[in-house]
Amino acid sequence: MNTALSEYINGQIAEEAEFTLAELAAATGFSAEDILRLVDEGIITPVSEEPKPVFTGQCVPRVRTVVHLRRDLGVNLAGAALALDLLDEIERLQQRLRRLSTLGW
Amino acid sequence: MEYKDYYKILGVDKNADQKTIKRAYKKLARKYHPDVSKEADAEAKFKEIGEAYEVLKDPEKRKAYDQFGMNWKHGQEFTPPPDWDPSGFDFAGGGYTSGGAEGFSDFFESIFGARGRGGHAGFDFGGGQRRTYARRGEDISNVIQIPLEDSFTGTTRTIKYRKPELLPDGRMTLKEVNLNVKIPKGIKEGQHIRLAGQGKPGLGGAPAGDLYLKVKFLPHPYFKVEDNDLYLDLPVAPWEAALGAKVDVPTPTGKVKLSIPPNAKAGQKMRLKGKGLPSKVPGDLYAVINIAMPDHNEHARDEWLKLKDKLDFNPRAHLR
Repeated sequence: MNTALSEYINGQIAEEAEFTLAELAAATGFSAEDILRLVDEGIITPVSEEPKPVFTGQCVPRVRTVVHLRRDLGVNLAGAALALDLLDEIERLQQRLRRLSTLGW
Repeated sequence: MEYKDYYKILGVDKNADQKTIKRAYKKLARKYHPDVSKEADAEAKFKEIGEAYEVLKDPEKRKAYDQFGMNWKHGQEFTPPPDWDPSGFDFAGGGYTSGGAEGFSDFFESIFGARGRGGHAGFDFGGGQRRTYARRGEDISNVIQIPLEDSFTGTTRTIKYRKPELLPDGRMTLKEVNLNVKIPKGIKEGQHIRLAGQGKPGLGGAPAGDLYLKVKFLPHPYFKVEDNDLYLDLPVAPWEAALGAKVDVPTPTGKVKLSIPPNAKAGQKMRLKGKGLPSKVPGDLYAVINIAMPDHNEHARDEWLKLKDKLDFNPRAHLR
C-alpha cells in the first residue's frame, strides 16, 4: 500500500501572482490575441499596461470560464462577459445572504 | 461496470427525435455547467450529460446503443456481449462537438471503444512507433477549509492529498500524501492557494501541473465575513444602549474596547476600522448592535412597569 509522505510547500495566493500576456496565455490555453480581446471586452483588466500589460492571477479563472463557456455552451465573448458579471453578483449576494441570515435578522 | 441509461440522463423519451434531444441537452448543459452551476455534483453531472449527448445526437452511435435493447436499467451491472463489434457502425472519427472531451465512462468505452471518441481514428502509427510529445500536466482544483483566524496570522495546515503519479508503464496512480501547506496571511474566501508542481504529472519530460486549493472559511461562532469586512452581532443591555457604555468586543486579534454612544439603536453598525481581514487596504469590523433583554423576573417587572409609567413611548408611532 502507498505510504503517506510529508511535503512542505509554500502556498502562493494565486490571485495575487502577476502574469505577463504570454504567461496568462500559457496558463489558460487562450491565445495572446484572444486575451487582448477579453481586455477590450472589459472581461479582464491588466493592473498596468505600459510598457507591457501585466495581469493578476484573478484573471486566470475568469479567462478559463470564458474558454469553458465558449467551448461547452457556445457562448460568445459578450455573453461570457455578461455571465461573469452575473456570477460575481451572485457570489456577492450569497455572501451577504450568509451574513444576514445568521445574524438573526 | 454499470449500464448507463442515456435517455434517462437527458430526461427524454426512448423515441425522442433529434431536436428534442438537442434541446434537453442544451438546457441541462447550462444548468450543470461547472463554471456556472451551484449544484454540488455539477462536474460529474455535466460529464454524464455530455456523454449521453455524444451518443444520442449521433444517429449511428444511437443505433449501436439502442441495440442493447430497452430492458436495461440505469445503474444495472453491465458487460457488453462477447460478440459485440462496434465496427459495423459508421461513427468512427465523428469527433467531438460537445464539452467534456476527456473522461467518458468505462461503459462508453466498452461500447464504442477509443474509436468512438473520434479525432485520432484513422491515424496509423507504423510498427512500434510511439507518439512522444511533451505536454504539461493538468492542474487540479480542490477545496481547503480553514478557520478565519488563519487569514490573520498565516499558518501551516496539513492536508491529505491523493497525488497523481505516473507509473513506469505510463499509467496514472493516486498516491496518498500529507501536504504541509503554508497558508499565506491575508488569504480570503474564494481565493486559491497555488501549489506549484502538485497537479497531474507532465508527459514527455514536461513539468507537472499545479494544485489549486480554493479557500473556504469554516463557519465562525460569531464573526461573519463579507468581502474584506467582518460582522459581529453585539448584544447590549437596554440601559447600555440608552446611556452609552464602554464594552469589550472580540476581534480575531484580541479584545478591544468599544464606546457605544448614548441612545444607540438596534441594528446600528459600529465600525472598528482596519479590524477586518488583512489586506493592502485592511477590511473593517462592524459590531452590529443587538439589544438583548434581561431574563424576566419579579424584580425586573417592577422596574419595567416604572419605565412604562414614566415614559410616553410608542415605538410604532410611524406605523399607521
